[in-house]
Amino acid sequence: MTVVERREIALVDLLDRLLAGGVVIKGDITLRIADVDLVRIDLNALISSVNEQVPSPWPELE
Amino acid sequence: MSLASEELRYVYAVCRPLDAPLAADLTGVGGVPPRQLAHEGLIALVGPVPERDFAEEPLRRHLEDLDWLSDTARAHQRVISALTSVTCPLPLRLATVFRDDSGVRAMLEEGADRFRRVLDRIDGCVEWGVKVHLESEESRERPAEAPTQDKPRSGRDYLRQRRSRQTAQDESWQRAEVFAQALHEKLSRRSDDSRLHAPQNSSLSKAPGRNILNAAYLVPRAHSEEFVELVDGTKDEGQESSGLRVELTGPWAAYSFTADDPGTEGTRADGTDTGTGADQTERSR
Repeated sequence: MTVVERREIALVDLLDRLLAGGVVIKGDITLRIADVDLVRIDLNALISSVNEQVPSPWPELE
Repeated sequence: MSLASEELRYVYAVCRPLDAPLAADLTGVGGVPPRQLAHEGLIALVGPVPERDFAEEPLRRHLEDLDWLSDTARAHQRVISALTSVTCPLPLRLATVFRDDSGVRAMLEEGADRFRRVLDRIDGCVEWGVKVHLESEESRERPAEAPTQDKPRSGRDYLRQRRSRQTAQDESWQRAEVFAQALHEKLSRRSDDSRLHAPQNSSLSKAPGRNILNAAYLVPRAHSEEFVELVDGTKDEGQESSGLRVELTGPWAAYSFTADDPGTEGTRADGTDTGTGADQTERSR
């Protein structure tokens, strides 16, 4: 693995920390954590839906 | 509406006064350099952001947009990462926004005791992320079996093959859980604190296989080298025994260790969710 590849941070690792970690402070603009969790679920669903299903290894029986 | 009201304050982190300056060319969200706002012996790292993007309604919309979220998260991380090279900052959750500087000062004043306690606890430490992935049976075993098993001749053949694949999957899953548990215990002993994140969805992470362990460890900088060596040592072990891949990320700022009381993982008294906790690892199956 090259240095460049090692330094590239995966978005999913970043979001684990930025959406589930970090100090929660009530700012003037506040999105409740529940909302952020919802966003995260939507994000998962969004990405699952655009990914093609892995084809079955037994196509003739499906 | 006056010009001033069109800009809001995005706060990246709270830290102690810096001994060394930040890189002059550092930029944060919106490509704007962050600046230090001092109050009560603490520093908030702050950047101006446009109200049209960061008021509540546009922010909510933007967070649904993966490209926007990605750009903003990376800008946030860029600032935290630069800050981590000169101090041990307390990172704030993504998109913590105030109307103006006085709002930020009020926040520092109100939270001063709590910030100092957490800053003391994470002082001199960084966070390392460790993940274990179980590569799927199909991707690992099919090449060898392909000539005889790729095309079942009958429905009965198909069911038999599927059953044996299922049994193999159950066994490798159990091996993976034992491996992950042992690794987590070993790494917990070598760290000041640890936290389990929910396993990552493989379609989101694009990592092959299934995420079994997604943990964060708070490790003193002075012991980081040993910790990394310890994790590297387990990489071969996992790979050889059963298609387990161990992945290390970091060093990170102590994102996963910002709760005031490390003993109260999960829900704090004020009702905010401080973490997903170990219970969510059960859902991964």
